[in-house]
Amino acid sequence: MNLRRDVFQAIADPTRRAILLLVASQALTAGAIASNFDTARPTISKHLAILTECQLLEQTPNGREMYYTINAIKMKEVADFIEPFRKIWDDRFNKLEAIMKKYKK
Amino acid sequence: MELKTKIAAQDGQQDLVITREFELPVDLLFRAYAEPEILEEWMGSKVVKLESQKNGSYELEKKDENGNVVFAANGVIHEFVPNKKIIRTFEMANTPFGVQLEVYDFEPLGADNSKLTMHLIFESGTLRDKQLQLPFKQGINWAHNQLEASLRKLIKK
Repeated sequence: MNLRRDVFQAIADPTRRAILLLVASQALTAGAIASNFDTARPTISKHLAILTECQLLEQTPNGREMYYTINAIKMKEVADFIEPFRKIWDDRFNKLEAIMKKYKK
Repeated sequence: MELKTKIAAQDGQQDLVITREFELPVDLLFRAYAEPEILEEWMGSKVVKLESQKNGSYELEKKDENGNVVFAANGVIHEFVPNKKIIRTFEMANTPFGVQLEVYDFEPLGADNSKLTMHLIFESGTLRDKQLQLPFKQGINWAHNQLEASLRKLIKK
């Protein structure tokens, strides 16, 4: 089985891309993910199953809830997440700097 | 463009260090973390509570246009030394990421510049890596674009 091809197919679908983007920001339950879409819940479940099958998503239990998180290793094929993390902090600090310059007398 | 923010995260460790130099005197940099109105202005989250003192606590919250809470975080402040140091805990509500310990060091670099060193210690290396790899909610717009761009590149291949 060609894993690379599976990843390609998984992210070729716009709904699955939207799911990845959602989960990239925080771990979410299937219900929380589904609430972001007008699509029927079973359809979202099917998308989640595909993303999990090709290892882009991982399931992490937390109490009785099952959370979906991005599988970072697999996602490295798609994007390097350390750089976005750094960029987020840099943007945030740039904003802090700009705002605080207003308070400078 | 070279980013001013540096991140050091060694493999197999459970901490990471974020450093950044600012074109701000150290007292102004410190105020950005100490005063709720200012923190709210640059963080983009509502500051529900911020007691800037030893044994104080804080709560942050962000809602979407429908009023749903999309981000909530809280912690307690263990050390609060004006213009020098803050030690606090940080926990994002409703996530399996655990609690992190955060040590903020504020340093003057001459009269007009300053440096912030954030030492973040996580419950485990795995949790640290998850945090590193999952951009926070506030930065998601950028991450969206970046991820979309990367995905598009991949699709073209």
